[in-house]
Amino acid sequence: MMLLRYAANRLLTMLLTLWIVSIMVWIIINLPPGDYLSNQIAELRATGQAEGVAKAEFLRTEYALDRPLWEQYFIWVGMMPGPNGFSGLLQGDFGWSFEFDRPVGDIVGDALWLTVLVNLAAVLFVYAVALPLGVLAAAKSETWVDYTAGFVGYLGLATPNFLLALILFYYGNKYFDLPIGGLMHPAFEGEPMTWGKVKSILLHMIVPTFVIGTSGAAAMMQRLRANMLDELSKPYVETAKAKGLGPAKMLTKYPLRMAFNPFVADIGNLLPAMVSGSVLVSVVLGLQTIGPSLLTALKSQDQFLAAFVLMFVAMLTLIGTMISDLLLVLLDPRIRYGDRNT
Amino acid sequence: MTSLLDVDGLTIGFGDAPPVVRDVSFSVSAGETLALVGESGSGKTLTCRSALRILPEAAQIRGGSVTFAGQEGPVDILGCAEPQMRAIRGNRIAMIFQEPMRSLSPLHRLGDQVSEVLRIHRDMGAREAKTRVLAQFDKVGFVDPERAFSSYPFEMSGGMRQRAMIAMAMVAQPELLIADEPTTALDVTTQAQVLGLINTLQQDTGMAVILVTHDLGVVANMAQQVVVMNKGRVMEAGRAEHVLTTPAHGYTAKLFAAAPMIPTVATPAPELAYDDVILDLKSVTKTYTMRASGWRAPVAITACRDVNLQVPRGKTLAVVGESGSGKTTCARVALGAERPDAGGEVLFRPVAGEPALPVHDMDRTQRTAFQRQAQMVFQDPYSSLSPRMRVLEALVEPMEIHAMGNRRDRKEKAAEMLRLVGLNPDMLHRYPHAFSGGQRQRLSVARALTLDPKLLICDEPTSALDVSVQDQILTLLEDIRDRAKLSYLFISHDLAVVARIADEVAVMRAGVIVEQAPPDTLFYNPQHPYTKALIAAQPEPDVTRPINLDLVAKGAGASTSWPDKYRFDGTSAPALRELEPGHKVRCHA
Repeated sequence: MMLLRYAANRLLTMLLTLWIVSIMVWIIINLPPGDYLSNQIAELRATGQAEGVAKAEFLRTEYALDRPLWEQYFIWVGMMPGPNGFSGLLQGDFGWSFEFDRPVGDIVGDALWLTVLVNLAAVLFVYAVALPLGVLAAAKSETWVDYTAGFVGYLGLATPNFLLALILFYYGNKYFDLPIGGLMHPAFEGEPMTWGKVKSILLHMIVPTFVIGTSGAAAMMQRLRANMLDELSKPYVETAKAKGLGPAKMLTKYPLRMAFNPFVADIGNLLPAMVSGSVLVSVVLGLQTIGPSLLTALKSQDQFLAAFVLMFVAMLTLIGTMISDLLLVLLDPRIRYGDRNT
Repeated sequence: MTSLLDVDGLTIGFGDAPPVVRDVSFSVSAGETLALVGESGSGKTLTCRSALRILPEAAQIRGGSVTFAGQEGPVDILGCAEPQMRAIRGNRIAMIFQEPMRSLSPLHRLGDQVSEVLRIHRDMGAREAKTRVLAQFDKVGFVDPERAFSSYPFEMSGGMRQRAMIAMAMVAQPELLIADEPTTALDVTTQAQVLGLINTLQQDTGMAVILVTHDLGVVANMAQQVVVMNKGRVMEAGRAEHVLTTPAHGYTAKLFAAAPMIPTVATPAPELAYDDVILDLKSVTKTYTMRASGWRAPVAITACRDVNLQVPRGKTLAVVGESGSGKTTCARVALGAERPDAGGEVLFRPVAGEPALPVHDMDRTQRTAFQRQAQMVFQDPYSSLSPRMRVLEALVEPMEIHAMGNRRDRKEKAAEMLRLVGLNPDMLHRYPHAFSGGQRQRLSVARALTLDPKLLICDEPTSALDVSVQDQILTLLEDIRDRAKLSYLFISHDLAVVARIADEVAVMRAGVIVEQAPPDTLFYNPQHPYTKALIAAQPEPDVTRPINLDLVAKGAGASTSWPDKYRFDGTSAPALRELEPGHKVRCHA
C-alpha cells in the first residue's frame, strides 16, 4: 500500500520533470540562430529556385515556425492549437522531419524499440558480468583473482568502443560466423515479425551488446568491489561469522545486500549513458537505433526530429531512475520505514 | 571442577612486530563468569576472539593453545578444521559485541537474524525456529516478541538492540558466552538492566561467561574470576573479591585509584553563591522541526524545554543526562551555535560587575570577543583534530584568526600551552596521529586555551578515553580551572565523573532539568526517581555494593511511569521546586 502511494508520487514527479525537460530541450534546440527551413530558404533564394521557396514557406506556416518561440513550444507539445488544431506530442504527433521529408514518427518507429532492446541487453550484460566478478574480486581481494578481474576490467574501460567493435566483428565472423553490421539480416528489414527475424536480430545483437556494455561493466565491477570491501570490515560481518555461517552464505546474505544499493541506484544513470554513448558505436556498427538519426538531426538543425530524440532519451533516464528508486525501496527497509520511527 | 575453556600460553602478533598478546593463560568453568579487564590496547579483545577463532586476517597466533571442553568432548580450538569450528561458533560458544548499532545487519529483520542461528545449527524449519526465538525474545525482556521478530534494528533503541544481540547469542543455548564490552556503548541505566539480564540468563542456563570490559564497576557486579591485562600480558588473576578488595599488582591498584566513584557523603555542602554569574541561560527552549516527506505536516521535536542554568565565575556547572536528554543542545545554545526559541535568552558577562551581553544578539565586535572568551572541548579527540595539520598549525590557527601577536609570539604561546597541558613543546611539529587518545585530548584542551578564554564548554571530554587517562584529563581540567580562573559548563552522562569536578549538577531527562543541586547534596539526598536510578545504576568497583536494579527500573523509564509526585506527560511538566536551599527538584507540590 505504502509502496503504491510512493510509486504514484514518483510517477507524478516524473511527469513534472519530463515537462520541465521538454521546455529545456526546446530552448536548447532553438539556441543556435536560424532553423532548418530559413537556412533552406536562404539557400534556395541564393540559387534562384523560386518554387522550392514556396514549398518551404508553406512548411513554415504549416509547422508554425513563423510564430514566436513560446507559441511554437506549446504547439509542439500540443497544449495550444496550431495551424491544424491540437496536434503535438500529447496527441501522439511528433512533427515533421525536414531532412528526411517524412513524419518523425515514421523515421524513428522501428529504431525506437531496437534502441530499447539493444540498451536493455547491454544493461543486463553489465549486471551479469559485474555482479559475480565484483563480489569475487572483493572476497578474494589482493589475490590473483582480484588482480585478473581488475586487469580485464581496466582493459575494457580503456579500449575505445569502436575499436573493440571492429576487432570483435572480425574475429566473431572468422571463428563463430557472426554477422557483421546491422541489427538484422537485410532481407528482414521492414518485414513483419517472424521467428526467423527474431533469430536474426538476436544473432546480430551479440557483438553490439558486448561492445556497448564492456566499459560500463568494468566500471560497475570496480564500484561493487570497493563497496563490498567497505562492507566486509563492518562489525555485522563479524557477527555473522560468530554465528557459524559458512563463507558463501555469509557473503551473499549480509555484505552483498548492503553493497547492492549503489549497484541498483546506478540503473538510472546507466540507461541514458548507454543511449548517448552508443551513438558512435551505432554509426560504426551500422545499427538501426535512434543514435544515427540524432546525429543527423543535430547536424542539420532538423528540430522536430532532434527534439523528439532528446525527449526520448530523457524519458529513458526518468524511467530508469524510477525503476531504481522503486527497487531501492523494496530492497532497503531503512528507506521504506525511514519515517516510521520519527 | 574441570574447566570449560582453557587458554594456555596464548601469544598473538601482527607481521614482524613484537607480539601484542603474550603468554596469556586462564580458564573458565561452567556456570562461572570471568572478567577480562584492561584498557584499550591491552589485548583483551584479541584474546577473547581467539576463542572463536575470528581474529583479523593479519593476526598470527604464535603460540599457546585454547581448549574447549564442552559436552561433545574437548576440542583444540586453534588446531581444528574450519567446518568443525563453524559448528562451534554460535552453537557451543556465542559472542556479543560492543556496538549493537553496527553489529546487526540493518537490512534484515531481527527475527531473521536471530532464527538464522537455529537454522544453521539445529536444522530447524522456519516455524519451529520462530517459536524458539519468540520464547527467547520474551526471556530477554521484549514486551511484544512478535513485533520485535518482524522489526528492523534501526527501529529499536540501543538497549533493545543489545537485548536482541543477547537473544541471538543465547538462542542456541551455548555453553560459553563471550561478551566483548557489551554495555560500553549504552547509557548507564540501560547498562544496569543489560548486565542484570546477562546475570539472570546465566543463572537459568548454567553457562559460562567471559566478560571483556574496562570498567571495574561492571566487574564487581558480574564476575567471580578476574584477569587483569595490560600491554598484552596478564598482570593479575584471581577471585573477584580478592582482586577487588586487595589488589596485589601495582597496575590493578592504579586502575582502582583512577576509577571515578560516586562518593558516599555524610553532609551536604554549603550553597553556592550566585552573585557573579558568567553565563546565564534563561528559560531556554529549543524546538527542532523535522521536515516530513510528502504532504504530511512537519513534526516539532523539543530538544530542551525551559532550561535555566547559571555558571558562577570560576566554578563548574555540570549537566548530566543520558543520550537524547537535551544536554548537548543546551551547550550548543549556550555557545551561540543555535538560537533558542523566542522567549529564551543566554547572557554572557565577560568581566565581573559589567553588564551582561546577550549571546544571540551581539554586534560584530562583541561576537568576535565572545568567540575568543568562550571555547569548547569536544568529545572525540580522534575526530576533532585535523589529521593533516601539525600540532603547531592547529594551535596557532585560532590566534591567526583573531590576529593575536606576531608569528614568534604565537609560536611561543603554542609552546607554552603544550607545557600547560603537560606535553613537551618538542611535539609541536608532529601530526595528531602520533599521539595517544589522552594526549590528543590534552591537545584539544591546549587548542581551546590558546585564546585565553574565560568560559570553557566541555562536551563529554572524557567519555572516549580509558579510565586512567580520564583521570589525568580531569586532573588537568581542575588544575587549569583553578590556575586560570576559568569557568566550566561540563556536559557528561557519567555521574561519577561529575561528582569529582562539579560545583553544581543539573540532571536532565527528556529535555527538562529534573533535579539540580551541588554534588554532595545530590548524592547525599537524591529526591527525583530518575536521579536515584542514575546513582543506583552506576556500577561500583565494590563487590559488596551491587547495582540495585529495582531502583533503576523505577526511575529509568519514561516520565509517565514515575511516582505520582513526579509524573508528567508530554509538555505538562511540573515546576522545578526548591526543596531546601540550593536543591531543586521537578515535582508536584
